Amino acid sequence: MGKVFAFHGGIHPPQNKQQSTGLAIQPGPVPKTVRLPVQQHIGAPAQPLVTVGQRVLKGQLIAEPGGRLSVAIHASVSGTVTAVGMMQVAHSSGMDALCIEIENDRLDEWVPHAGLEDFRSLNSNDLADFIRGKGVAGMGGAGFPTDVKLHVGDHHIINTLVINAAECEPYITADDMLMRERADQVIAGIGVICHMLKPSHVMIGIEDNKPQAIRALQQAALGNRHNIDVVVVPTKYPSGGEKQLIKLLTGVEVPSGGIPADVGIVCQNVGTAVAIHRAVAHGEPLISRVVTMTGDALARPHNMEVAIGTPFVDLLDQANLKENQLARLVVGGPMMGFTVNDDELPITKTTNCLIAATWEEMPEANPAQSCIRCGQCEQACPVELLPQQLHWFAKGREFDKAKNHNLFDCIECGACSYVCPSEIPLVQYYRFAKAEIRKEEAETRKADHAKKRFEARVARQEAEVAEKEARRKQRAEAAVKAQAVKKDKLEADAAKPAVTADAAAPVTDIKALKTAAAVTRTKLRQVEKALKNAENKGLEGVETLTQTVATLQTKADAAQQAYDEALNPAAAAPAPVLDLKQLKTNAAVARTKLRQAEKALAKAQDSGEGDIAALQARLTEQQAKTELAQAAYDTAESGEAAPAVAPAISAEQLAELKADWDAAQAKVAKAQAALDTAIANESPAAEKMKAGVAKLQAKADEAKKAYDDAASPVTAAAAPAISAEQLAELQADVDGMTAKVSKAQAALDTAIANESPAAEKMTAGVAKLQARLDEAVQALQAAGGAVAEPVVEPEPELDLKALKQQVSIMRTKLRKVEKAVEAAEESGEDTSELVADQAQLQQRFEAAKAQFDAEEAALVARAAEEGVDLKQLKIDAAMARAAVTKAERALAKVTEPDDQQEKLAQALEAAKQKAEQLNSTLSRFE
Amino acid sequence: MALIRVTSPHVHKANRTADVMRLVLLATLPALLAMTFFFGWGTLINVIWASLLAVGMEAAIIRLRKRPVMFYLRDYSAVVTAILLALALPPFAPWWLTLVGVFVAIVIAKHLYGGLGQNPFNPAMVAYALLLVSFPVMMTRWNMPTVLLDNGALGLFDSIAVIFGGLEPAQIDQFTGATPLDAFKHRGGLTSEEAWRQIDVLANGIGAWHAVSAAYVMGGIFLLNRKVFTWHIPLAMLAAMTVPSILLFGFDPDSYADPFFHLTAGGTMMGAFFIATDPVTAASSNKGKLFYGAGIGLLIFVIRSWGNYPDAVAFAVLLMNLAAPFIDLYTQPRSYGHTQAKRGLKGDS
Repeated sequence: MGKVFAFHGGIHPPQNKQQSTGLAIQPGPVPKTVRLPVQQHIGAPAQPLVTVGQRVLKGQLIAEPGGRLSVAIHASVSGTVTAVGMMQVAHSSGMDALCIEIENDRLDEWVPHAGLEDFRSLNSNDLADFIRGKGVAGMGGAGFPTDVKLHVGDHHIINTLVINAAECEPYITADDMLMRERADQVIAGIGVICHMLKPSHVMIGIEDNKPQAIRALQQAALGNRHNIDVVVVPTKYPSGGEKQLIKLLTGVEVPSGGIPADVGIVCQNVGTAVAIHRAVAHGEPLISRVVTMTGDALARPHNMEVAIGTPFVDLLDQANLKENQLARLVVGGPMMGFTVNDDELPITKTTNCLIAATWEEMPEANPAQSCIRCGQCEQACPVELLPQQLHWFAKGREFDKAKNHNLFDCIECGACSYVCPSEIPLVQYYRFAKAEIRKEEAETRKADHAKKRFEARVARQEAEVAEKEARRKQRAEAAVKAQAVKKDKLEADAAKPAVTADAAAPVTDIKALKTAAAVTRTKLRQVEKALKNAENKGLEGVETLTQTVATLQTKADAAQQAYDEALNPAAAAPAPVLDLKQLKTNAAVARTKLRQAEKALAKAQDSGEGDIAALQARLTEQQAKTELAQAAYDTAESGEAAPAVAPAISAEQLAELKADWDAAQAKVAKAQAALDTAIANESPAAEKMKAGVAKLQAKADEAKKAYDDAASPVTAAAAPAISAEQLAELQADVDGMTAKVSKAQAALDTAIANESPAAEKMTAGVAKLQARLDEAVQALQAAGGAVAEPVVEPEPELDLKALKQQVSIMRTKLRKVEKAVEAAEESGEDTSELVADQAQLQQRFEAAKAQFDAEEAALVARAAEEGVDLKQLKIDAAMARAAVTKAERALAKVTEPDDQQEKLAQALEAAKQKAEQLNSTLSRFE
Repeated sequence: MALIRVTSPHVHKANRTADVMRLVLLATLPALLAMTFFFGWGTLINVIWASLLAVGMEAAIIRLRKRPVMFYLRDYSAVVTAILLALALPPFAPWWLTLVGVFVAIVIAKHLYGGLGQNPFNPAMVAYALLLVSFPVMMTRWNMPTVLLDNGALGLFDSIAVIFGGLEPAQIDQFTGATPLDAFKHRGGLTSEEAWRQIDVLANGIGAWHAVSAAYVMGGIFLLNRKVFTWHIPLAMLAAMTVPSILLFGFDPDSYADPFFHLTAGGTMMGAFFIATDPVTAASSNKGKLFYGAGIGLLIFVIRSWGNYPDAVAFAVLLMNLAAPFIDLYTQPRSYGHTQAKRGLKGDS
């Protein structure tokens, strides 16, 4: 006998156990069908192996474990699988779960099965696998996969096996009866567990309210080779809680968040021990269990051995349910069980009790009163928490505080709720708080995950950018090197012909020549300065200096000449190889220098200081140089480079140009929009903005021109090479544009119909879109694609209307610009830009007008072809409309109902008909 | 099937707030009897008057708060508050004093804070402290215990007349008394020994106070036995009073009262078993209750010995009410499976 320790708290609810112990364990009802949920345990659900219509035998595996922490499911009867799908199961939330339904053929035909002849010959690994194959799960309540518990691994050394026989919940007697009747099986099961875990001590914890079971166990354990102690503990709820029982028997506490194996203990329920024994000794999988049927609504409460999956109703029938007295059906014990509202639900491996309670037995709870902090919950809590504090925290949604007050150590035993004088459903509050915290944590985890992913992505992108940058740099370096090589080569090439051409200077290096020329020039300048100084101050030796200058001048000229000579043949010779770009750069540099010189000169002139003459000379020189450079560039470009380069313009460059153009256009559009707004608001900045827009437009035009220039020869040259794909792309462009135009047009029409002030803007937009469409069509045509019919032939009416609108818009714009010009002239501002604008607009307006006129003329012509004079038709229609109005008025005036009215009505009708006819004819042309 | 669907547990202990309150009421009976026996009908009249007022006010304020009146009235908490207050008042306190006290207790100290369970301060003690500060003359004018009176106590009707204004209490000889604590405190230049011999209420009347204290202890033990509260607060409080009084009495018996006097005269026993144990306003964990009770005991001793007031249960309790939430934070029990108890708001261990 071991010493019994104590755990904090606990309660003594009425036992209510004697009702169901009057009868021995009875065989359960024979169900018509069984419903087997694939998840009757903690962990992952099992995976069904059977299909509807398949015949299965009793004990046949119908669902295999879906993971390490999972349990196999076996058929509990022989018969036919009738359904595999979501069905309601016995769960506190009343949820559906995947179930396998088997119709019982009542043949009770077993699958061949056999136990192990000597389980001791197997090592614990194989034995655990064997037990796993028999679908054994903890039968005390939670349904933890037994094999997992029995195979704790090397990092846990088990010295104590605790067998939970406490059965502390009131009403339940399933374990009690099992022990009374099958104590030997319990002990045999313990033998198997001992073989696997090799504990030094086995303790069976049993409450002192089961004297018969205690005696039976003691007798069965007599002479057992294992060190088995039957430890009787005082009856106190919840001594059967795993952690509480361990504390009671060993004085050791399982660490918070840990498992008993952490302190060298494994705990198994007596029912599980029996199941293990039956699996090992007879090869029987776990397909039945003992269920306590009790409660005042049953006439014959007792324990029965029931096939897993049997519906509750069969059990209730067998226990003679007094249906009219049933008020509450509890699955499990009264402290931790849950209620169900459906008696078709199935018994599972963890269903140890059904309480069919009457109203008087379990009356509905009174409404909860205020917590008076009486602290009785605290005295009752077996985990020594502060239940009332937790309740306040849960109520106030202060989940952090609840967590800090060890909320997650709560075992939800219900002792606090039981004692609460205010009848507050405390456990419910804790469940809520736990669920909320878990949800929060899941969300946090998700967010963290997302954050990590995002950071990884950013890092990846950065790496990519860096890599690109590195590659770009590398390329640039390579290019520079290549250029340098090229230059060297160039120079070498230049030097070679110089060598061959000019034998007098066989070793002359252009560079050297250049340096020599520069040096002479510098010297010359120095001397010039000195000379000037001397002259100014009237010093002596002016003449000498003058001479020196003259000599130097000659020398410098000679050097320059030599250099030029060396350079010129060099430049002439490599011309075909000369880079056009280089020439262009040269020209640009020359131009810049020229400008600088000009500036310097102007400055000198202004201030009247410095050597104006020298500057003038330099300027002239520079001018000449610039002209030379420009000329060289021009010749190179027009002469040999242009034809050579033009075809070489790559598609990429073209695309770049196009992008430039697009960007410019976008800028213009943006600026235009801003300008429009400004004008609409009569902003004073409008004028300036207008100028800006004009500039941008000019730039855009330039870009377009550049693009066109570049593109035209290419497209012309490449036209035959344009692939079908490109054509399709263009076609798609055109189509898209057409759709856009028609959409915009429709919107515009509506706007006009509603006299919306936005109509004008929209018109402009439509015109723009139309222009783009035209462009696209042109591009397509240029590419050689057949422009689709609908594009070529926009509806004439629509076109005419659009044209008309365009014309009017142009007119309006033109007028605006005219006004602006006038205003500018009056105020004496620079009007050149505005005038240019005006001219442009004028042009556009005229073009639009011309187009419109042409269209209209064509229309008239077409009408004439059909023998209709459109003008006349229009007039007729108008007159007919007028006649209708007149007739209507006349009819309204006549009040007496006589012939005249009738006549008038007829006339009106006739007029209306005529008007309609004319209108319809007219509408054909408009 | 129309079955009840509720969460566990499905059974409940036959134990309701009203039962707890009724037990407390029952436990006050010995003290009420003793008071009535030694100090006349006044206490009984006060208790009934205060109870009526409390029920009326509670009903009114619950109605004002739009709550189900009967549901809350049935918890007896208002009556408990009223009776505890009435027992603490002088037996012949005028009717309006009780009225003001009950109003403060029920309306202000209890319902303005949210009703039962929400009040941070003991309602009866808030009322008592307010009355003591506002009406010190009436609150300290106790009548002589009957053991000191030659012509016996006042009759029932005379008592009613005194309380409800029919008779001027000052004219009656027997209302000139003071409590033993008061007498001891204001003994002038007398030493303890002289005071014990010369002051009537100390020399002869102390027996009545002893009897009343004994009655409270009886009630308290009954409640302890019925597990209405735990031993932690009363024991800690009495111990915290006794230890310093032993020390100081041993050091200077002329200046300080003896421990027995501290325990039995005045409101000590009532405070220890009926006031400090009010769960709503006390610390909640067992360890916390020890600190809480000890704090009250120590404060009572300090105020009695060196303060201005002869008795100090109300002030000590109110001060410790303030400290209770703080105590709770730092006295969490060590939960199962934890090596250390958590402390403080963030659960530092």
